[in-house]
Amino acid sequence: MKEADHSHKTFHRNKTVTVLFLCLAVFMVLIGRLVYLMVFQSEYYMEKAKELHERERSIKAARGRIIDANGEILADNRTVCTISVIHNQIEDAEQVIAVLSKELGLSEDYVRKRVEKYSAIEKIKSNVDKSVGDTIRSYELAGVKVDEDYKRYYPYDSLASKVLGFTGGDNQGIIGLEVIYEEYLQGEAGMILTVTDAKGVEVPEAGEERIEPVNGKDLYISLDMNIQSYATQLAMQTMETKQAESVSIIVMNPQNGEIKAMVNVPEFDLNNPYTLPEDLEEADLDAEKKQELLNAMWRNGCINDTYEPGSTFKTVTAAAALEEGVVTVDDTFSCPGYVMVEDRKIRCHKVAGHGAENFVQATMNSCNPVFVTVGLRLGVDNYYKYFKQFGLLDKTGIDLPGEAGTIMHKKENIGLVELATISFGQSFQITPIQLAVTVSSFVNGGRRVTPHFGVRVADTDGSNSQSFAYQVRENVVSAETSETMKYLLEQVVESGGGQKAYIEGYRIGGKTATSQTLPRGSGKYIASFIGFAPADNPEILALCIINHPQGVYYGGQIAAPVVKQLFENILPYLDNMDYNNRSDSSGSHF
Amino acid sequence: MAERGSSRRKSNIANFMDYTLLFIVIFLLGFGLVMVYSTSSYSANLQFDGDSAWYFRKQLGATAVGLVAMMVVANIPYHFWERFAMLGYIVSVVLILLIIPFGTESHGAKRWLNIAGISVQPAEIAKLGMILFLASMICSMGKGIRQRKGFLTVLAVPMPIALMLWRITSNLSSAIIVMGIAVLMLFVACPDYKRFVILGLVTIAAAAIIVFIIVKMAESGADDLGGFRGARILAWLNPEAYASGKGFQTLQGLYAIGSGGILGKGLGNSKQKLGFIPEAQNDMIFSIICEELGLFGAIAVILMFIMLIWRFMIIANNAPDLFGALLVVGALGHIAIQVILNIAVVTNTIPNTGISLPFISYGGTSVLFLLIEIGLVLSVAKGIRLKDL
Repeated sequence: MKEADHSHKTFHRNKTVTVLFLCLAVFMVLIGRLVYLMVFQSEYYMEKAKELHERERSIKAARGRIIDANGEILADNRTVCTISVIHNQIEDAEQVIAVLSKELGLSEDYVRKRVEKYSAIEKIKSNVDKSVGDTIRSYELAGVKVDEDYKRYYPYDSLASKVLGFTGGDNQGIIGLEVIYEEYLQGEAGMILTVTDAKGVEVPEAGEERIEPVNGKDLYISLDMNIQSYATQLAMQTMETKQAESVSIIVMNPQNGEIKAMVNVPEFDLNNPYTLPEDLEEADLDAEKKQELLNAMWRNGCINDTYEPGSTFKTVTAAAALEEGVVTVDDTFSCPGYVMVEDRKIRCHKVAGHGAENFVQATMNSCNPVFVTVGLRLGVDNYYKYFKQFGLLDKTGIDLPGEAGTIMHKKENIGLVELATISFGQSFQITPIQLAVTVSSFVNGGRRVTPHFGVRVADTDGSNSQSFAYQVRENVVSAETSETMKYLLEQVVESGGGQKAYIEGYRIGGKTATSQTLPRGSGKYIASFIGFAPADNPEILALCIINHPQGVYYGGQIAAPVVKQLFENILPYLDNMDYNNRSDSSGSHF
Repeated sequence: MAERGSSRRKSNIANFMDYTLLFIVIFLLGFGLVMVYSTSSYSANLQFDGDSAWYFRKQLGATAVGLVAMMVVANIPYHFWERFAMLGYIVSVVLILLIIPFGTESHGAKRWLNIAGISVQPAEIAKLGMILFLASMICSMGKGIRQRKGFLTVLAVPMPIALMLWRITSNLSSAIIVMGIAVLMLFVACPDYKRFVILGLVTIAAAAIIVFIIVKMAESGADDLGGFRGARILAWLNPEAYASGKGFQTLQGLYAIGSGGILGKGLGNSKQKLGFIPEAQNDMIFSIICEELGLFGAIAVILMFIMLIWRFMIIANNAPDLFGALLVVGALGHIAIQVILNIAVVTNTIPNTGISLPFISYGGTSVLFLLIEIGLVLSVAKGIRLKDL
């Protein structure tokens, strides 16, 4: 044994040293592995660990308000609550399920599924009334979070519903201005980051990181709540008395394109945008059908729909002819009650004919044969050229979604008959806003403005104001033609077909229209009137369209009085306008 | 005979006390206690109703008992234990077998025996017993160890213990350690290299084949996957794909290690110990060391273990006889293998298997028996004549 102990010491020693070096080699490999993990992979794992440790709760940003020309708030925010559960913190799951399903009116299965789901935080319901949220908070249930946020609120319910639009569950715009100005209104959501342990318990000393939300910018629009309300009243009244299907009114400033009012009755309640009118709500509707009806209810007829403008479009024929010089105001015509174009006989609305008349009288009479004659004098090429020059082939560029384009013949398909019908506003379709903007350019000295609501955006406290600029195209018609047009259209109201829009003491210009809807002979009509004031330097322009009225359907009879009543009320109201230059006493019309 | 020699020297030469080794061990124990408190205080606070020092206190007690045991053993000449070599082997077998009827279960594995209110891991006793038994056996074999028969005998002796540890206590890592200790002691006792190179290559090839087979099985969509271990191997290869199952602990450990970076988050500032790594004070404690103390801290700990192994080598090479040298080599093997396996598991260098970090991980039996081993090593060191150094 002694021999065994001592005779092999050298190789024993060598072997032990070998063991040490083997260990060293392995340790070097492990240190290399640690360097790889802790230096090169460090960022990756740090990020992963951070995700694991931090719980995010977002703080909704208050959506920007929509404010009218007078500073009246048309779209505001109301505090509502979002109810969520944190799985790891729940102590009594059954009680949580019972309370939440009871207070929120949700099915027990629905709540149970979310409560039992293993996730960091699970949303149960958003847009809960603050009072309900407070009730739930008072139960002091572990694991239930009540977070306050904002919900869109429209103080005037249905006012300008189709213009303002509404927002969805995540406060995003669905239709109207809410969609177009989404990027300004929405703001940026904030975040609360809390460090938690594996059970989801917040670690107090780690503190919380808070990223403040950036509130959306307030949108200031040109719409005037007072004009809008009055126009809405008038439209409602007209719709009821004429038993019309719908009535639209556009009120705008022809000089800069600012829209003061845009009414499409029936409107809908912005605070309950998914509720159909009562008579429809009763019916048993499938989801698709209901959505169809909702879309129809939300439609803004002034921009989403096209119609045959009829006689109001004679303004376009007149402006083109005057601009081209194929007619002067003193040219005389003779109306036998019809005009022959190729083999077609086109009748005048006055069957006996207007007899001899000059161009001014023809305009006042809205005489079809004269405008057909003038249109034919222009010829297809010229007419089409002006059609294009006036911007009728393009959209107006209004700041609302879904503007419809013009439905027009292709140029090569326009024969003389088509040209004749176009001359008095038939056989093609445009949107009401297109007509309003086109007529604006005839009476404002020849500038094609971009119709719009949005004026500027600013922070809640009014700072950082940012104004919008809109395109204006000059010389659509010459200043001279514009003067002539104003004169012609003032004559129409003074002593022509638009007399019902005449207001003692005011200079008002306008043009009536009565068009039969397709198919012809259906007995359905569209009565309309476009008017502006003061006639010599228009500051306000209004277009009223009555769809499918019962009984009397002439634009001059039913639409002109609407614009008259509107002007009677808003002209004195717009006291910055110098409309009294023909009036002796300024206060007599209130 | 050796005993007599030792007592003769005692009268002539001052006792050699390896203070370097003692200091390293005490440093590791102190550091371990700090880390046990750091890693366990948060969960202890939740678990034991505000008693955040629960694990720390238990570990401190075991350490104190261990230190006393170490000093006692260090002062007993190591040849005293030679006569208990066979007994140690038998006791190991009996204790492991006793687990079958009396074992207590924890974390889904039956590994503990409750003796007079103290839970003991027979595996730890078996490791110590194996070192003693093999040292004694190799010495008595003399030159016989150079023959194939002697070589195979030394390999065969630990096999039953290793197999029992694996099959009865499902403790593969302890089985590997027992076998590793045996191979290492054999390596030092044999002048041959070739056999060990072949043994090493065969082991690596076998491991590679097993991994290959399991991966192929997984690809072909087999349900079984070779059971428990199979899934572990797949999780090792791609822990993120098994994040909610077998890869969970590994992945959480990697998050901790990676997020430590070069300088760490600072002592006590680990986030992963807040319950993300289950029982961070146990096997995964090294990942928290990495998270809190960074790469520098981790390397410092490894350096301490390298120094410890270096001291062991010095003592082994200066031991008065082969028995003493083999005892030290056995202890060296035990600690080195355990440290290497632990760090390799935590860094996902090898598949996950439960293995604690000597002196640092929480665990009373482990620290007690490790300190008894240190006592043995110190006792061998005492036999060194100072002029030999």
